[in-house]
Amino acid sequence: MIEFKHTTKEFKSGNNTVRALYDVNLMINKGDIFGVIGFSGAGKSTLIRTVNLLEYPTSGEVIVDGKNLVNLSKKKLREEKKNIGMIFQHFNLLNSKTVFDNVAMPLSLDRIKRKEIEKRVNEVLQFVGLEDKVHSYIDQLSGGQKQRVGIARALVTQPSILLCDEATSALDPQTTKSILELLKRINEEYKITILIITHEMEVIRDICNRVAVMQNGEVIETGDVFEIFSKPKTETAKNFVKSVVHDEIPDSVYEQLQKSEYSGRMYKLDFIGVNAGQPIVSQVAKRFDVDVNVLFGTITELQNTPFGNLIVELIGEEVEIARAFEYIKSKNIKVQEVTTHEGELTDHHRCDLGNVIHG
Amino acid sequence: MKVSSQIIIDAIWETLYMVSISLFFGAILGFILGVTLVVTRKGHILQNKFIFGVVNPIVNIFRSIPFIILLVAIIPLTRLIVGSAIGTTAAIVPLVLHIGPYISRLIENSLLEVDDGIIEAAKAMGASPFQIIRKFLLPEAFPSLILSVTTATIGLIGATAMAGAIGGGGIGDVAITYGYQRFDNTTILVTVIILVAFVQLIQSIGNVLERRLRRVS
Repeated sequence: MIEFKHTTKEFKSGNNTVRALYDVNLMINKGDIFGVIGFSGAGKSTLIRTVNLLEYPTSGEVIVDGKNLVNLSKKKLREEKKNIGMIFQHFNLLNSKTVFDNVAMPLSLDRIKRKEIEKRVNEVLQFVGLEDKVHSYIDQLSGGQKQRVGIARALVTQPSILLCDEATSALDPQTTKSILELLKRINEEYKITILIITHEMEVIRDICNRVAVMQNGEVIETGDVFEIFSKPKTETAKNFVKSVVHDEIPDSVYEQLQKSEYSGRMYKLDFIGVNAGQPIVSQVAKRFDVDVNVLFGTITELQNTPFGNLIVELIGEEVEIARAFEYIKSKNIKVQEVTTHEGELTDHHRCDLGNVIHG
Repeated sequence: MKVSSQIIIDAIWETLYMVSISLFFGAILGFILGVTLVVTRKGHILQNKFIFGVVNPIVNIFRSIPFIILLVAIIPLTRLIVGSAIGTTAAIVPLVLHIGPYISRLIENSLLEVDDGIIEAAKAMGASPFQIIRKFLLPEAFPSLILSVTTATIGLIGATAMAGAIGGGGIGDVAITYGYQRFDNTTILVTVIILVAFVQLIQSIGNVLERRLRRVS
């Protein structure tokens, strides 16, 4: 559990005072995978560093597992840090040492017996899938493997909290996926609370259960990932959501509509926390005398629930189309006809969105 | 009087003696000063305005004194330490004071090359400042430190040539007293060849060691 209470951090450079954090209040519960998203310079790096006191807050408190680390003696603080693992964007591994020695490092700082160190290091390397790289040097590894070493090093002291500082930002999308899966496994199997800062909404979408959006050192929005994705309040949050869920109707759809010979009707279906996706499409096609043609769509998964939208074309008798429309509506799916009045639709669509989410 | 091969051989030994002993003490001095210069600077693990503010100018002062001046200027100190102000052993004191600060700057540069992220990771895992130096900074900087010491050793060979001024002997002294002052070009050529061979050998050893440590094949 991590609790930020009115946490503020200022940096002084000459006569200038730069406020990196301002009055941050956040509660990260045990077992959370909590994401903090923001553009660079939003203060998220500073925020994560106040948890293990790489940065001391100027005012306010950061409570980790019930303790305010600022009040601890140096010795106690070092002890407490073993309970907080951290991984970094650029891995920060020692090139002069092997994978084994890198992972063993946190243990070798204490007087732990060689046998015990070996056992723990091998265990954790197996967990991250690097048991065959024990004796390799860091520069012989790929980016993803390096981050796995970083993760192994963070886990070797059996912490209850893992801090991830842009842990996937230096990795390609494929490797990012595999590292995120590993983080999820750590959360599930070891019950480790994860605090992750990122500028990639994909990271939030893929593994976080709660999220905070930061801007100019302040938390401007916070809530369940689902909540933020379905009804983002601030412009920044909306932009982040848009970066992974495209809810704009593509021009090609409008072009199709504008053709004079076009006779079908188009609908936009928004899936927000309902069981849907393919079944609804096939059900409509089966139950009613209409053909369903999927034109466009983005369906993504948020905490095992589909989330996104589909644009479909219904072709058939007016009556049948109307019945199908009512049927879709009855399934708690927000459905709306796409017309040529582009602006109107978009606005209407936006303000309606909120009401349907928990329907 | 012509230079005998015995004179040359003795001179080689004198040079080796001066270089090795002063390198040993100079490296210790330089290491301590270099590490101090790094860790006490602003924002570093043992930030200390006072210590940095004292050590930094002292190193600069010693770095700026020409060796030939230093050699003479510290004669009282030399006499205090080795009991005499002339001779090969006496030359070691100024050599150490000359090369120590030089090595400290080289070591400082090597240590500053280490990525700040390494220190951050060390702090995050709860390493003490001493552990950060010993287990993170020094191992990471080690290949670069080897090159620094190589450079310092070569600088030291150059400096020993001036040790003749206080009767220190060595190859450089032979070159000056027998070669230069008596217009004996052969001696100059021979001594220069020996010095070049020395430098080549030391640089090669340094490079090989560094490459091994970096595991570059």
